[in-house]
Amino acid sequence: MQIDATGTDVPGTDVPGTDVLGVAERWIAAGRPVALATVVETWGSAPRPVGSHLVIDGEGAFEGSVSGGCVEGAVIAEAVEVIADGAPRLLEFGVADETAWRVGLSCGGRIRVLVERVG
Amino acid sequence: MDARLLADLNARRHARQAVAVVTPLPGGETRLVGDGDDLAGDPLAVEIAAALRAGRSGIVAKDGAETFINVHVPAPRIVAIGAVHISQALIPVAAAAGYDLIVVDPRTAFATPERFAATTLLADWPEAVLPGLGIDRYTALAAVTHDPKIDDWAIVHAIRRDAFYVGALGSRKTHAKRRERLLSAGLTEADVEGIHAPIGIDIGAASPGEIAVAVMAEVIEAFRRRPIGAPRSPGAPRSPGAPGSIGSRPPGAPS
Repeated sequence: MQIDATGTDVPGTDVPGTDVLGVAERWIAAGRPVALATVVETWGSAPRPVGSHLVIDGEGAFEGSVSGGCVEGAVIAEAVEVIADGAPRLLEFGVADETAWRVGLSCGGRIRVLVERVG
Repeated sequence: MDARLLADLNARRHARQAVAVVTPLPGGETRLVGDGDDLAGDPLAVEIAAALRAGRSGIVAKDGAETFINVHVPAPRIVAIGAVHISQALIPVAAAAGYDLIVVDPRTAFATPERFAATTLLADWPEAVLPGLGIDRYTALAAVTHDPKIDDWAIVHAIRRDAFYVGALGSRKTHAKRRERLLSAGLTEADVEGIHAPIGIDIGAASPGEIAVAVMAEVIEAFRRRPIGAPRSPGAPRSPGAPGSIGSRPPGAPS
């Protein structure tokens, strides 16, 4: 489990200036269907800490990150399904060593991601 | 997650309130638990309180069921009363520990942008600027001016607003006099006992840099070991204060 060294808001969830949960709220207010993906568990050198969010709309537009780019494509595809049928999904991904290397990590990791519809 | 719950979550985050988003896995009805909500009777009371205190999100497994607790905690910060040498030394120390620092001093000879370029500096009286800062349970106050006219109001205000740490510079003799003044101003014995004075953990600190390290260590300890889950009831002042007395809570202000 990632420990937030500073006690700040969910560690590393947002790129500075990008409030993913705020984006989700604005998209809903604009009438867009929205799913929220959240990293709920990590093993090894997962690229993004527990609590990180990715928000996705029905067209596959997204903001935020759950893996620094490793598995976003798969999460977005699942999220579009979640928006369509309303059933949450709990996904597990292994982040391959090669991919992990590409995002600047020395070894691989695994993550579990909860994808749920908002609204 | 319900859209209203998301709006509630965002409102609490923007109001600098700690909040836990509690979701049964593999996906179910989400609920919010605020830092300060009554946890009595909650089956996950211990786990949620621990997560809020540590600012740490994660899964808890209990009775064969998994629950994800996602914690949103406001960034802790330090308000230093006094644009003095110690406050200058505190700038890099606070930054290293991940704390924002705000320096307040009405004395414009001290409060110069040149001396405090790397931090937020408010060259005004605490009475003028502290209410607008929203002192809260994630704010520490370090009063280091040596001047009761500047320090006292800020100390009373921070205690009434439930700052997680209030420290004041000065010898034991200085603090004994301060103690009498603060009791006269309406603080209770318990309030005054809670003030860290002399300020900073006892490491024999002498130079401004050493005192800054001692203060930072004390602030970190106060934050990491602060009690969670059994706070006073919302809106109930920790000590009675006559309306208009120094440091009194502004009407309608969050507790």
